Amino acid sequence: MLYREAGQFKSSYAQDQQIFPIRQDRVAVSVLLVFAFVVVPLIGDQYWLSALITPFLIFALAALGLNILTGYAGQLSLGTAAFMAVGAFMAYNFVLRMPWLGIIPSFILAGVCAAAVGIVFGLPSLRIKGFYLAVATLACQFFVLWALQRFGWFTNYSSSGVITAQQIVILGVPFDTPARKYLFTLTVVAVMALLAKNLMRSETGRAFMAVRDMDVAASVIGIPMMKTKLLAFAISSFYCGVAGALHAFAYLGTVEPEAYSLDLSFRILFMVIIGGAGSILGAFLGAAFITLFPIFLSIASGWVSHLVGVEISHATISNLELIIFGGLIVFFLIAEPNGLARLWQIAKEKLRLWPFPH
Amino acid sequence: MPIEVIFFIEVLAGGLLAGVMYALVALGFVLIYKASGVFNFAQGAMVFFAALTFVSLLEMQWNFWLALVVTLAVMVVLGLAIERVVLRPLVNQPQITLFMATIGLTFVLEGLSQLIWGSQPHGLELGIPDVPMEWLSQRWNINISQFDLFAAFVAGALVAVLAVFFQKTRIGRALRAVADDHQAALAVGIPLQHIWAIVWAVAGFVALVAGLMWGVRNGVQFALTFVALKALPVLLIGGFESIPGAIIGGLIIGATEKVAEVYVGPFFGGGIESWFAYVVALLFLLVRPEGLFGEKHIDRV
Repeated sequence: MLYREAGQFKSSYAQDQQIFPIRQDRVAVSVLLVFAFVVVPLIGDQYWLSALITPFLIFALAALGLNILTGYAGQLSLGTAAFMAVGAFMAYNFVLRMPWLGIIPSFILAGVCAAAVGIVFGLPSLRIKGFYLAVATLACQFFVLWALQRFGWFTNYSSSGVITAQQIVILGVPFDTPARKYLFTLTVVAVMALLAKNLMRSETGRAFMAVRDMDVAASVIGIPMMKTKLLAFAISSFYCGVAGALHAFAYLGTVEPEAYSLDLSFRILFMVIIGGAGSILGAFLGAAFITLFPIFLSIASGWVSHLVGVEISHATISNLELIIFGGLIVFFLIAEPNGLARLWQIAKEKLRLWPFPH
Repeated sequence: MPIEVIFFIEVLAGGLLAGVMYALVALGFVLIYKASGVFNFAQGAMVFFAALTFVSLLEMQWNFWLALVVTLAVMVVLGLAIERVVLRPLVNQPQITLFMATIGLTFVLEGLSQLIWGSQPHGLELGIPDVPMEWLSQRWNINISQFDLFAAFVAGALVAVLAVFFQKTRIGRALRAVADDHQAALAVGIPLQHIWAIVWAVAGFVALVAGLMWGVRNGVQFALTFVALKALPVLLIGGFESIPGAIIGGLIIGATEKVAEVYVGPFFGGGIESWFAYVVALLFLLVRPEGLFGEKHIDRV
């Protein structure tokens, strides 16, 4: 009843090809954007903005990047955190060594550097597939982190290896409060999500999907394998690189290799799989789930220990959280292997018929 | 012999023996991948779980053999439970989904083992001292650890047992049939789920052996779960489906890693062992994309 496109006629090609062809979708997305840009910074307190929503957006961007590679182009990668690390360190170095560039060009250049690394480590994908490729991308994860720690240039010869990220300043306006950092992150993420959505509807995106579904068939119908696969690696790493720069500048405030461990790669892969591979919305849903769930768990365990009246040790709680988190991931994969985005799709189909069954 | 040659032999032998240790872990991966197409990331956690259970039982003053048998039983039950609870509902899902499920399983196992047994590191003694072989060091002046040789012997015995099991027994034949073609195996009446349960139980056993060896070497501690990461390049070189490949791959990785660490490492300022094995494996894959002994897949459109 509410969600029905009956009566929405399209009389031009432009209308037919718009991103959200259904009016309700357009309204919902605009309301969501207005809410995110205006209402959230007004009502959100410091903790919520800086510890929950900003990292959620940053991880969503990284998951979006990995989704382009894994969900759309079908190349499994376990090196996401390494690309983020490249983005973070190169953004730091561009701002440090070429301060006249400004922050946005620095971020873009950092993304380009991550893309270059992505192309290099994407080269094996031309020969190997599946889990062989996944394990090969681990080489990237370990090599990049080793190089960042080993060569002093990256950390500007800092003795501790932990460096403070510079302040984000655009046209003389410092983005220093949590609300401003949030707005900066939101803008970057919104623009890049829009670009990704459009890219995936274009010839490039369709070529990615053809490679994912069957690369031999794709090359038979004339899709250049090398160009497509390397482009997927490049675009994906660009997104991850920008996400890494945001992670360092808008969230952590420091640039350190330890933040980009293999664990982070896995978490981002979880976001993609739980959110739904091959879906832009899925990246956001997955990121929300993976970032918010551990926080919810720790709050819940606080309540439980309060209710029971027994002081549970910190180690026990963190182990329990680990078990519940892992168990839930398994449960989710069993219950809905196509991810949260698929649930949303099912809900939309149900809404079209509601409240009449036929 | 000149001192350089002796040193080189020592480095090489140390590398080869370390490679055997990697191969022990890689074996567990191969078994499960071969039979069910699941890339079981939880193998490292299983190794940790097995070692921690065993060492904790020992510390509760259990008899050595009793503890061994009980741990083995626990690992077999664990394997069966994993098959029943995690994998059976996921039959026919894409491989990446199964892979992610095993990562979830890794978290559960890591949390569970530390919840039950605590997270403090333990030492483990099997009665074989980690000291150089006396006659070797006296005769040739070469230092090779007794325990390393023992571990190599155990790995060899394990591979031999597995080979006999796969080649000669009825269950082994069924396992190979399932590995070859699930549907054809089903068609001739091989119960797929029994076979998978058996494979997971055997993988639990292999994890126990690997856990004991690594436990003696590095102590039973959380870092044991990272051993799985060391085993992955071994798989790349040996091929995911080959048991001999795991051993050969382990030897290659172990030897090149140690030799490179000693002779090439100083040029990079050291610490290259974290990624060197992967780069070796990558170069290998450029020549042979399915590893040394992996199965060649021919894609049809």
